[in-house]
Amino acid sequence: MSEVTNTKDNHIGKSKSVGFKYFLCILPFIILVFLFSYFPLHGWIYAFYDYKPPRSLSQCEFVGLKWFKMLVSNPTQVKQLVQVLKNTFVMSLLGIATSILPLFFAVFLNEIKNKKFKSFVQTFTTLPNFISWVLVFSVAFALFSSNGMVNTFLHQMGCIKTPIKFLDSDSYTYLKMLLWGLWKGLGWGSIIYLASIASIDQELYEAASIDGAGRFQKILYITIPELLPTFFVMLMMAVSNFLNNGMDQYFVFQNSFNKEHIQVLDLYVYNIGMTGSSYSLATAISMLKSIVSIALLSLCNVVSKLTRGETIV
Amino acid sequence: MKKESKENLPNGGKYKTKVSDRVFDVFNYLIFGIFTLICIYPFYYMIINTISSNELSAQGLINFIPRGIHFENYKALISLNGLGNAALVSLGKTVIGTVTTVLATAFLGYMFTQERMWKRKFWYRFVVIIMYFNAGLIPMFITMKTLGLTNTFWVYILPCIVQPFNIILVKTYIESLPKSLQEAAEIDGAGVLRRFWQIVLPVCTPILATVAIFSAVGQWNSYQDTLIYITDQKLYSLQYLLYTYINQASSLASMVKNTGVQGLNAATMATQQTPTSIQMTVSVVVVLPILCIYPMFQRFFVKGIMIGSVKG
Repeated sequence: MSEVTNTKDNHIGKSKSVGFKYFLCILPFIILVFLFSYFPLHGWIYAFYDYKPPRSLSQCEFVGLKWFKMLVSNPTQVKQLVQVLKNTFVMSLLGIATSILPLFFAVFLNEIKNKKFKSFVQTFTTLPNFISWVLVFSVAFALFSSNGMVNTFLHQMGCIKTPIKFLDSDSYTYLKMLLWGLWKGLGWGSIIYLASIASIDQELYEAASIDGAGRFQKILYITIPELLPTFFVMLMMAVSNFLNNGMDQYFVFQNSFNKEHIQVLDLYVYNIGMTGSSYSLATAISMLKSIVSIALLSLCNVVSKLTRGETIV
Repeated sequence: MKKESKENLPNGGKYKTKVSDRVFDVFNYLIFGIFTLICIYPFYYMIINTISSNELSAQGLINFIPRGIHFENYKALISLNGLGNAALVSLGKTVIGTVTTVLATAFLGYMFTQERMWKRKFWYRFVVIIMYFNAGLIPMFITMKTLGLTNTFWVYILPCIVQPFNIILVKTYIESLPKSLQEAAEIDGAGVLRRFWQIVLPVCTPILATVAIFSAVGQWNSYQDTLIYITDQKLYSLQYLLYTYINQASSLASMVKNTGVQGLNAATMATQQTPTSIQMTVSVVVVLPILCIYPMFQRFFVKGIMIGSVKG
């Protein structure tokens, strides 16, 4: 008896030490995760101080909720924040409204029976997704600046006398950003739907053909309904990222003319924090943003769970 | 198979002759053709303008066919301050960043399948959950400063090593492999690291190729890291350098605009490199690696997104 328990103990002890050895193997990465994802959270306390960079935090004044109060009481600050929130909401809503386009792109591309043309389209419409926003801006600059290709062309044609200011003006900023986003992302966004279309059971189409369904009926009653679950997941992702437009796109297109309408939350945090040096205020804003984002994600998760029985996270 | 079965149907050919179908087809081809052209043309435009005569280019005469072909613009880049250095930085961060993240992803994905690991589930969640929150720009900046990473090359590499989403992909992939593969090796006395190197890593190459491509493109294309953490010009990445060039060109262009006739003269007189020509040439250099490897990696991303969608 005692012998048996002894070996058993030994075994457990051994497997425990093996388990710990395994843990030691991943420890360096756990440390990286801690350093670059958890440790930065301590920075949130800067939102409660009046942090002036060269000084250390302990030398700075503790101001409590000053910055948070300022966000809702200081009239100029409120006005600015409302504008920024409006920009963020409009851009996100436009993004969500157009998130159905990749689905249609895939459905209609699938209707093209010429295989070469199809793969040609697919290859070159995905390409813009793989270039950086700096390069997109470079492209925009080459084509749409005052002496860019479009203006020169229109001038030569005699359509315009003075160059149209595509980039350095504040007209239709939302629309322009949306169009650049679509140019970059439409082809790429459709790939997931094309993959889903490829996995639809062909028997459905055959059955529909026998029942006399035409091409458009098949699209309407088979293809699109089959794609809706994927669309739903993508939609929920987009909603949970409502406040996270990122700053990549908006930063490169930003200039003194369009600043009012191009500043989304992420860019605003950069602008007031890194260029304006109000570290504490910027931290306060991004802290609020993070909290709202997590709430949105949880909400989308619940909605997804209720409607589809599956979570997105 | 699909096609045959469709054509064999009794009324298979009927719909093809319908007028509405033909009209739809024409529009469909037309719209996709136009959109594809819109996606290609800007790259074509930039390339032909960098190899055409700068004078014609400045007058906006190079829209479809290159004229007065020369390569002075590219030769001029060699003397451009900081460009070679930035290219090295970009190349370095792409190569080192990709290798480290691929190895780390494979290793962590593999280790998280080892059920014997101490508190495995806890550590897996500890890693995965970081996808869903973000400390924010300023706290990140302060952290990098505290760690002494600002203005070092490692700020490009270290924060990007652990990528939870990719780890999930690899873990799911390894779990789908037959267990007997590892068990056999274990009986033969192979330790956990040896099993990783000799068995798991080789069979994971398809998924790791996808991870590698996405992280390489990500590293090559990022400029935010330079923008936020780097002030030392020696550590500028190509993307960021290009951004500064465009901004200089834009200020130069607006100066030209303000001086009116004088400015126009200056522009037409420029037989040498103009700010615009430099900016376009650098753009072409930056986009060229992507254009070159793109046909090769295209087949991977469909696979990648499929595996991703299963989980996501």
